[in-house]
Amino acid sequence: MASLFEKGRKILKNLAGIVFFIAAPVLIANASSSEESSDKKFSPSEMILHHIQDTHEFHIWGELAMPLPIILWTEHGLDVFMSGGFYHGNGTITTDKGSYILDHEHIYYAGEHGNDGHAAKPLDFSITRNVFSLFLSFALISWVFISIAGKYKKRGTAAPKGMQSFFEPIIIYVRDEIVVPNIGEKKAGKYLPYLLTLFFFIWINNMIGLVPFFPGGSNLSGNIAFTFTLSILTFLIVQFSANKAYWKHIFWMPGVPIPVRFILAPIEFLGTLSKAFALMIRLFANISGGHIVVLSLASMIFIFKSYVVGGVVTPFLLFIMVLELMVAAIQAYVFTLLTSLFIGMAVAEDDHH
Amino acid sequence: MELLIPNPGLVFWTSIAFLLLVFLLSKFAWKPILQTLKIREESIEEALKAAELAREEMGDLKADNEKLLVKAREEREQLLRDASKAASMIKEDAKADAEAISKRMMEDAKVGIEAEKQSALAEVRSQVANLSVEIAEKIIRKNLENDKAQKALVDEFLKDKSFN
Repeated sequence: MASLFEKGRKILKNLAGIVFFIAAPVLIANASSSEESSDKKFSPSEMILHHIQDTHEFHIWGELAMPLPIILWTEHGLDVFMSGGFYHGNGTITTDKGSYILDHEHIYYAGEHGNDGHAAKPLDFSITRNVFSLFLSFALISWVFISIAGKYKKRGTAAPKGMQSFFEPIIIYVRDEIVVPNIGEKKAGKYLPYLLTLFFFIWINNMIGLVPFFPGGSNLSGNIAFTFTLSILTFLIVQFSANKAYWKHIFWMPGVPIPVRFILAPIEFLGTLSKAFALMIRLFANISGGHIVVLSLASMIFIFKSYVVGGVVTPFLLFIMVLELMVAAIQAYVFTLLTSLFIGMAVAEDDHH
Repeated sequence: MELLIPNPGLVFWTSIAFLLLVFLLSKFAWKPILQTLKIREESIEEALKAAELAREEMGDLKADNEKLLVKAREEREQLLRDASKAASMIKEDAKADAEAISKRMMEDAKVGIEAEKQSALAEVRSQVANLSVEIAEKIIRKNLENDKAQKALVDEFLKDKSFN
């Protein structure tokens, strides 16, 4: 009898949770719309673009935002200050090195801005939201793996435990399914640390991007600068580890008539660049695309302000979020796989002639 | 289009953070982790091989045991057979001995008995002779108590003895 009562209470509780879960976005939408209706109308594209791009402050909740340090290389040397002033008051920050203004998240010298529409910009090395997120992932990844390594040192070859047993199969998967088959048993060891770091760096940054509240939610791995850096590194590693056979296959393709070799050389050479380019675009588009889909769905609640739309959109949003969790892992896998493949092609022994 | 232009600041920080991470993790995480994994895999491999070897040895041992057991059984049977043979031999010997002894004893007894018999017979004979003599004496004495009898006897003798 008592257990039945308990069960009933549990079901009711779950039901209440589901109802709240579906209604909450609508309630929030109504609340924020009543707040904002006096200032400006909700614009989903603006909100989404703002989210996708980098910012110089970290928005936390409502009006609450964390100012971030601005680091500029100006005509007068290094200039460091906090970003708060850009978002409050008249939006101009003046230091003893000069005064600056923020326009669409770009920092310009204040005096020159707006004169000819093409103002001079100092070099911006600020700790933006994405850089903040980058440091967060850096701290997280180094803490996780160095502490796991400590466990391996302490426990020796004993069976893995706790966090160790979560990451060990992934590490072994990257080693045995991604790196070794593509690069080969003999040379894999040299590239394995880099590729493991690459995999977890992309994966964890993708995951941080999916956390919808502070300190997650940045779009670091969907930022072109991030993917550009990683694909450039892949490109450089491939070119520097390439052996003679690889270069021969690019500039003087064996086994084809000589005139064709002249045609193939520029194509093959462009191929080396386009591989890296594709890596850059693939990660950027997948992660940014995911963020855009999630935000667009959430925006529908704020546009329609209807319980019906909320009830339909929220489960679908949940579904997309789960999908994005998968995409986060898949994109890390694809990037690491292709990098291993390119390295493997570059270091392969010339044995098929 | 703005989205597609890499921001140099972020490229700078990403490069620094990522390369530092590669360096840090290679040195302090991947090296011990991969080493331990390798050692563990090797030890597992070795343990499996050792187990296989032990199993083979166990099989050999079992076969050996079986052989030993068969041999032991045979030996036991042989021993039992020998023992029973020996036992029956001892029994036979004992029986023969006993028979011989008893035979000898019987013979001795027979000889003894014969000797006794002879001596007893001799005794009896002498006794009988003595008795006969005594009886005869007594009879004679009795018969010859009076002169008449003596005379009759002499007559008898004389009658028998013919002086021809």
